[in-house]
Formats: sequence, C-alpha cells, structure tokens
Amino acid sequence: MALDDVTFTIAAGEFVSIVGHSGAGKTTLTKMILAEDAPTDGTVFFESINVHKLKNKDLTKLRRRIGVVFQDFKLLSNKTAYENIAFAMEAVGKSDVEIVSDVPHVLELVDLSQRMRHFPHQLSGGEQQRLAIARAIINQPELIIADEPTGNLDPINTHEIVQILKKINDLGTTVILATHNRGVIDAIGKRVITMENGKVIRDTKNGK
Amino acid sequence: MTELKRIIKAGFINFKRGGSVSLAAVLQVVNTLVVIVAIILLQAVLYSSLSVIKDKVDVTIYFNVGAPEVQIMSLKESLLKLPEVENVSYVSAEQAIKLFRERHQSDYPTIAALDEIGENPLGATLNIKTKEISQYENIANFLKSDNVLGSGSPNIINHSNYYDNKLVIDRLNTIISGAQKLGFILTLYLIVSCMLITFNTIRLTIFIAREEIGVMRLVGASKMHVRGPFMVEGAIYGILSSIITSLFFWPITAWLGRNMTGFLGFNIYDYYVANFFQIFAIILISGILFGVISSFLAVRKYLNK
Repeated sequence: MALDDVTFTIAAGEFVSIVGHSGAGKTTLTKMILAEDAPTDGTVFFESINVHKLKNKDLTKLRRRIGVVFQDFKLLSNKTAYENIAFAMEAVGKSDVEIVSDVPHVLELVDLSQRMRHFPHQLSGGEQQRLAIARAIINQPELIIADEPTGNLDPINTHEIVQILKKINDLGTTVILATHNRGVIDAIGKRVITMENGKVIRDTKNGK
Repeated sequence: MTELKRIIKAGFINFKRGGSVSLAAVLQVVNTLVVIVAIILLQAVLYSSLSVIKDKVDVTIYFNVGAPEVQIMSLKESLLKLPEVENVSYVSAEQAIKLFRERHQSDYPTIAALDEIGENPLGATLNIKTKEISQYENIANFLKSDNVLGSGSPNIINHSNYYDNKLVIDRLNTIISGAQKLGFILTLYLIVSCMLITFNTIRLTIFIAREEIGVMRLVGASKMHVRGPFMVEGAIYGILSSIITSLFFWPITAWLGRNMTGFLGFNIYDYYVANFFQIFAIILISGILFGVISSFLAVRKYLNK
C-alpha cells in the first residue's frame, strides 16, 4: 500500500516539506492532491473541494490554481523555454499581450532571459528546473507542489532552487515540497511532515 | 478565435519540428492515397475494357428471303420499345449481298457461285444491342413468343444467332460479374488495410508525445487545447500527402498514356487530366479525414489518463 491512514491539513501561505526515503509515499501523496491518483479510501480537499469528485472540466480549472514542479522537469521538449511558459498561459486563456509582457519577466526572475529561445535539451539540469518553476508560477497559482525538484541537481543548483521556492512562499504562495534531501529541509527551516512506509510518522513546525 | 489561431499555429509548429516523424506520417498517408488513386484508375481501365467487350457482343436476326420490309420494320419498332434494347440496326437484303460481296471480293469461287445463282440468296437482318449482356436472353425469349409478329402473320424469321453466341455471352457475363466482385473485394481490402496502417503510424507519432500530453493536462490545458494541434497536424499530413500523390501520378499516367494506350484500349493520362479535380477532391478529403480522425482517436487514449 503506497499510503496508509494519512491525515493532515495545510494552511494557506504555509511552506510544508514532506520528507522520507524513496518509496515512503511522497510522490503518491502529491499525485493525489493533483487528482492524478485516486485513494482507495479517504478524501483530499483543496479548500472545501473534494478533488476526486471533480469532473474533467472542473479538474482542469483546479489544476490551473496549482503550479507543479517535478524531479524530471516534465517540460514540453518540442517547445522553446519561452513557448513552455507561454503554453501554460495560453492554457488558462491569457491574451497575447499578457503573454508577451509576462513571459520575459518570469524568465528574468529565474535568470533564463538569455536562454528563452533554447529548447529544454539545450539547457542544463538546473536551468531546466528553473524553467519548470517559472512555468509553475507564471499564472500566480495559490499552491506550488514541488516533487523532488532538486533530485537531479548539484548542490549549487539545489541551493538556487530552494531560494526561489522560499521567495515564492514569501510572496504568499503556499508551497508543498516533497524531498528526501535532509540538507534542503535544514536550509528551509519550516514545517516538516516525515513519512515512512506510507504513513505520517512526524509533523513538526520547524523541522530539521 | 484566439484559441483557434493558437491551435492552428501550434499544429504547424509541431509539424515542422516533428522532422522525420512528420515525414514518416506523410509518406504513410501518401501510400494510402496512392492505393486509392490506383484503384480509381484501375477501375476506369476495367470498365473501359468491359464496355469494349460488351460492345462487341450482339444478336442478329436473319429473315427469310423475300420477307416484307414493312413487317421487319414493325418488328424493329417493337424491339426498340423494349427497355433492355439499346440499339437496333436494319440491314436490307440488298445491303447484305453488297456487304457479302465486299467481304469476299478476293474469294473468286464464292463470288462465281453467287453469280451462278443469279438471284439474291440472302435475307435482311436486324442487329440488336442490349444495355447489358445478361439481357440478350430476354430478347431471344421475346422473339420466340407467338405474338412477336402480330397474330396470324406468317413467320418471316429464319433464325437468330443468339443460341450460337449463348456460350460466349454466358461466359462473358460470368467474367464481368466476377471481375466486378473481385474488384470490390480487393478495393475494400486495400483501403481498409491502408487505413489501419495509417492510423497506427499516426498513433505512433502521438505515442511519442504521450508524456507531453500528460504534462499539458497537468498545467491546466483543456482537452481541445491539447488535442487541437495534433488534429491540425493530422490535417497537414492529409493536405501535403494529397498534393504529393496527385503530382506523383502526373508523370506516371503520362507515361502510361504514351506507351500503354494501345494495350489498355484507353488513354489513362487523358482520363486522369479530365477527372483531375474530382480525383484530387477525393484524395484531399480522404487524406484530411485519415489524418484528423486518426489523431483525434490516438490523443483520446492519453487525454483521460
């Protein structure tokens, strides 16, 4: 069983790290919040919405309120850095004028202005992850879910990504970070939920 | 409107960036369209050959010597009224002997024998052509019926060659209907198999993008926003393929027209040029439908995941 008897609440504006070894159930948990996976029993609420009761159309609307960052970046490989972000804006129905004005701005925020015409395979791992974060925040979501965003990165890039996530949280966005990297948790110093074998074994306010 | 513009633009960009995958899909649709055009041309050749053969088959009624022309013409009128009959031509006894002499002008003993007789030994004839080969039997039955010459009239018909030709007519009938059935089955098989191969090729091109489809859904793209560009790409496959196919057949039919018209009894190039717009419309519509429907169905599989 990937998850067993998991119950917790996250308040708006919080930065919560979910920590555990590989196979602890972190990714399954994030997938359930996004309604990619459904629980055999129990419910997942986003505000007062039971995400697994949503119809396809409403699920699309919900996902527009959540930004997602993955360990393997999940960028659109046949689109440039600019187009990857523009696609996320088009998906929520933003106008061409907004796209032209906001995309360069967010690329500048993650220090990719010089790489906007590059395709994902032409970027380094750190750059790809920064691009994924830029895509996740472009529509100003209420929640960012980052699943092992530093898993494929070296310490310098890891530090950069953590700093960007902290900055996003400081601006008021709720962040859920799933990681197995203790160093990352220590650097953040905020709430930590520890998982083991699919269960929550610890929930600490200022986790270390 | 903006959404539609974006979908079309994305479809073109995806096609361009697809490179060898797009090329493979276009070539596969070309294969299907080539089969369709080849079938259209083969059917044209088949029908033209069959109509030439059909045209060579007829039935002739030979009248007794001295049969009154009025009665023969009245029979001709009755025959023309039959729905199966396409044409009836009358050859008088005088024309018959004239034709006979022309045909045998180098056959001295025959001409000498004819001169010896002195009078015309040949009767008039009626040559009948029906719309379908199978209808000759109806004409033979009609001629056998009692009231064909009006009640009480003396029998002026010597004989007809229907029964001499019956075997040939029956065989031709079997061959023609067999060729038509075989043509239909072959057409159906080729079109269905090509459609399946095309569908699976396009499915493979979309299979490559299955993870991206999932990512698009995760960033909140609607089903149409994800599916649309793939459908536009499918339509591009169809449009490009139909242009390539129609150009491909131009030199081929020209060569066949120049070298094979005598053998086929039919100028395939003239047929292709005369029917170019209809043929192009058929392959353009087929190509676009193949591309769009295949893409639609292939993306659907990954959209709901």
